[in-house]
Amino acid sequence: MIEIGLGHYLTLAAIIFSIGIIGIFLNRKNIIVILMSIELILLAVNINLVSFSIYLNDLAGQVFTLFILTVAAAEAAIGLAIIVVYFRNAGTIRVEEIDKLKG
Amino acid sequence: MAHAIFFYIFSTIAIISAIMVTVSKNTVHSVFFLILDFISISCLFIMIGAEFLGMIMLIVYVGAVAVLFLFVVMMLNVAQQTNQWFSSAYSSRHIPIGLIISIIIFFELIIVIGGWKYKPDLFNQKDLNFTDTVSNTHSLGQILYTDYIHIFQISGMILLVAMIGAIVLTFRQREGVKKQNYIKQISRERSEGVEVLNVESNKGVKIDD
Repeated sequence: MIEIGLGHYLTLAAIIFSIGIIGIFLNRKNIIVILMSIELILLAVNINLVSFSIYLNDLAGQVFTLFILTVAAAEAAIGLAIIVVYFRNAGTIRVEEIDKLKG
Repeated sequence: MAHAIFFYIFSTIAIISAIMVTVSKNTVHSVFFLILDFISISCLFIMIGAEFLGMIMLIVYVGAVAVLFLFVVMMLNVAQQTNQWFSSAYSSRHIPIGLIISIIIFFELIIVIGGWKYKPDLFNQKDLNFTDTVSNTHSLGQILYTDYIHIFQISGMILLVAMIGAIVLTFRQREGVKKQNYIKQISRERSEGVEVLNVESNKGVKIDD
């Protein structure tokens, strides 16, 4: 318990990943919180990559974390733009009321 | 020892704020808890020795993405966005399904971590005294611009596409706004701008008829 190894970081990443999945499933009101849960999931993946790269002494993991960061930023920008456009057209961003596609 | 104390402090903050992101009723509060989560995870990154990524996390997530979220949350109508998945009868159906799925995924991950056969050259207990002459940022820069240059440039293209896409999506042509038209200004001819009139004495001339 007192010596922090790779398993501690992987467990932390697993906990944050599952919290993000809970956020996606349980949040039925607001679509912005779903985007934030996706950011949490990407953060958990980043923790995995960085801790493996540190404990294996291989820098490739940190390089790929940088690329995941890039993709996450792009995805947040596009997703928020889509939400703004949808709110302008439909007047709501509640998950229950977004049912135009009858999914 | 100090490593363990700081790890437990920051990971506890990270987990609690991640729970608060999903649970809190006010969307603005969940954005602030997301910022707290990113800050504590970047502290963990700096502590474990990936200081460049920790700083980049602070700059990109806290400085850009979270502020973008805040702008959008405050631009849209906040009053109707209160997050009430506890009380809604419709949403209570989804709570057991989500809990079961996420608990299954969590235990799968834990089983994978517990049964992992580590590589023989893995330092499971890494001493965190960095006496290296080459810093993390330096070594990352050395491989990022040589071995990974193509992926790096492709990620720049992804950012460009995202920027153009966000602008195109949210661009709105407003009606009744006076704008300057450079092409029209430059291509104006003398014949359509100036007219020579023969003004009769004591009568004047009527313009804009």
